[in-house]
Amino acid sequence: MSKAVLMQGNEAVVEGAIAAGARFFAGYPITPSTEIAEQSALRLPQVGGTFIQMEDELASVAAVLGASAAGVKSFTATSGPGFSLMQENIGYGAMAEIPCVIVDVQRAGPSTGLATSPSQGDYMQARWGTHGDHPVIALSPSSVLEAYRLTVRAFNLSEKYRTPVILLMDEIVGHMREGVTLPNPNELIINSRKMSFHDGANKQCYYVPEGQYVPAMKPFGRGERYNITGLAHDISGFPTNDNAVAGAGIKRLLDKIEKNADDIIRTEEYLLDDAETAIVCFGGTKRAAMDAIEALRARGEKVGLFRPVTVWPFPEKQLREKCAQVKRLIVVEHNHGQMLLQVQRAATDTQRVDFLGRIDGTVITPDEIVATFEGKEDMTHAQ
Amino acid sequence: MKNRFEMRFTGSGGQGVILASVIFAEAAVVKGLHAVQSQAYGPEARGGSSKAECIISRDTIWFSKVQQNDFLLALTQNALDKYAPELAEDGVVMIDESLSAPAFLDSERVVSVPILRCARETVGKTITANIVAVGAINELFGLFDEETLREAVSRHIPAGTEDLNFRALSAGKALIGSELRDRYLVEREN
Repeated sequence: MSKAVLMQGNEAVVEGAIAAGARFFAGYPITPSTEIAEQSALRLPQVGGTFIQMEDELASVAAVLGASAAGVKSFTATSGPGFSLMQENIGYGAMAEIPCVIVDVQRAGPSTGLATSPSQGDYMQARWGTHGDHPVIALSPSSVLEAYRLTVRAFNLSEKYRTPVILLMDEIVGHMREGVTLPNPNELIINSRKMSFHDGANKQCYYVPEGQYVPAMKPFGRGERYNITGLAHDISGFPTNDNAVAGAGIKRLLDKIEKNADDIIRTEEYLLDDAETAIVCFGGTKRAAMDAIEALRARGEKVGLFRPVTVWPFPEKQLREKCAQVKRLIVVEHNHGQMLLQVQRAATDTQRVDFLGRIDGTVITPDEIVATFEGKEDMTHAQ
Repeated sequence: MKNRFEMRFTGSGGQGVILASVIFAEAAVVKGLHAVQSQAYGPEARGGSSKAECIISRDTIWFSKVQQNDFLLALTQNALDKYAPELAEDGVVMIDESLSAPAFLDSERVVSVPILRCARETVGKTITANIVAVGAINELFGLFDEETLREAVSRHIPAGTEDLNFRALSAGKALIGSELRDRYLVEREN
């Protein structure tokens, strides 16, 4: 495809998922993610895939995990209230190491909140929504084209590391339409899970060779039977109460993300080379930040952008490196200060960290970012 | 057309103002321009207020919401009263003839057109009001050539309704007389 088409962020997710090889969607439509379900219902059958509307979000993730275990790349989409309901099974997916993609198009909460209004209030929920110490990968797009590309990447990382990956969208990007020229799907790099078929030493379904972190996946429901559980398990897949074995197993889950952080983490920097101030934001907030930076640069202010594209794991090392010379970090996000905490942890003692947040369901404007830069706004509390 | 044109389409849920904004964004993309479209609405499927926005520009568009509202379409009094104060200094509002323009708006900046009556009586279907408005807006500012606009409309309507919608487009266009057109013509995109 070389010609630009007008496309919505939510539609781009579906096209990205199909390009990545996804052929199964189970979900429960909810604003502002509904178009993902709608479009999946239309598009998946056209490519030999399956769409199921489930009774709720608990069942949605359960179905997605089942389909993925059986060998089909699978995804679901929701927003805050549904994301809350999905958490238990997201943890199950992390523990049982079942690849899948969960799209959360964030809307203003808490609870049912402002159903149609933008927010980035699920930032910490994406990290800590399910209980226990667990691995998490979350990516956040800032444009329609990036929604497509990051959906492909979400599937790739999910397959490579055998773990649920969260595409943390916001209403700004999900509901926005812009002209995009999608890449030719044949030119994309597509990863699929490493499979094993019970051969040689690799007889156990969670067997991992020395020095590696991700077990090859046995197709579930074909060939030899094996056990999948959310309980701590040994390499046979059966539950264990052996603390040493359980601890090592969970440590491996965490290590497989931590030790591969450089492969997983992507960031965007803009005009940081000579910057004295960096605006730090993620997702759709970038769009206001870019206009603010342009306005400030036009006045000679040395301002740049640092944007985590991979929002979890948080790119702490990358922030320290890229913003080493920066004197001031201004965190801008549509919540009461969630990524702010991560930036404060990463900042040096001499760097000043300011904040502009929003929790009323409206969108932060470029002028408001400029005003924050000028110190005109209360920078310790969300408006 | 000026370098950046920021349009707002407002009315009641179900009147199709979102689709109207999508059609202009689509036409811009067909023409190789940059366009960003977005919307804000309440939780209701019908009724409630509905606002859609479309920014068309020759340059990359970052911030996706209207800040300098060059044009406002208002199909209900509520929408007009709510959004007219946010118009840019030289912004123009198109209202249905059934509405009364707020006193603070210079009459030069208000274009009153029988959009709803035209849809109901000339086209014969009230639900085509949004497409009638698209035809009128396009003619008022001379934004896109007819072929581009028809292409944009075709991409967003159910198959088999082309005739009806093209009739609505033409009826909307006919609502704008040459005097109005000459006053507001921006520059035809060809």
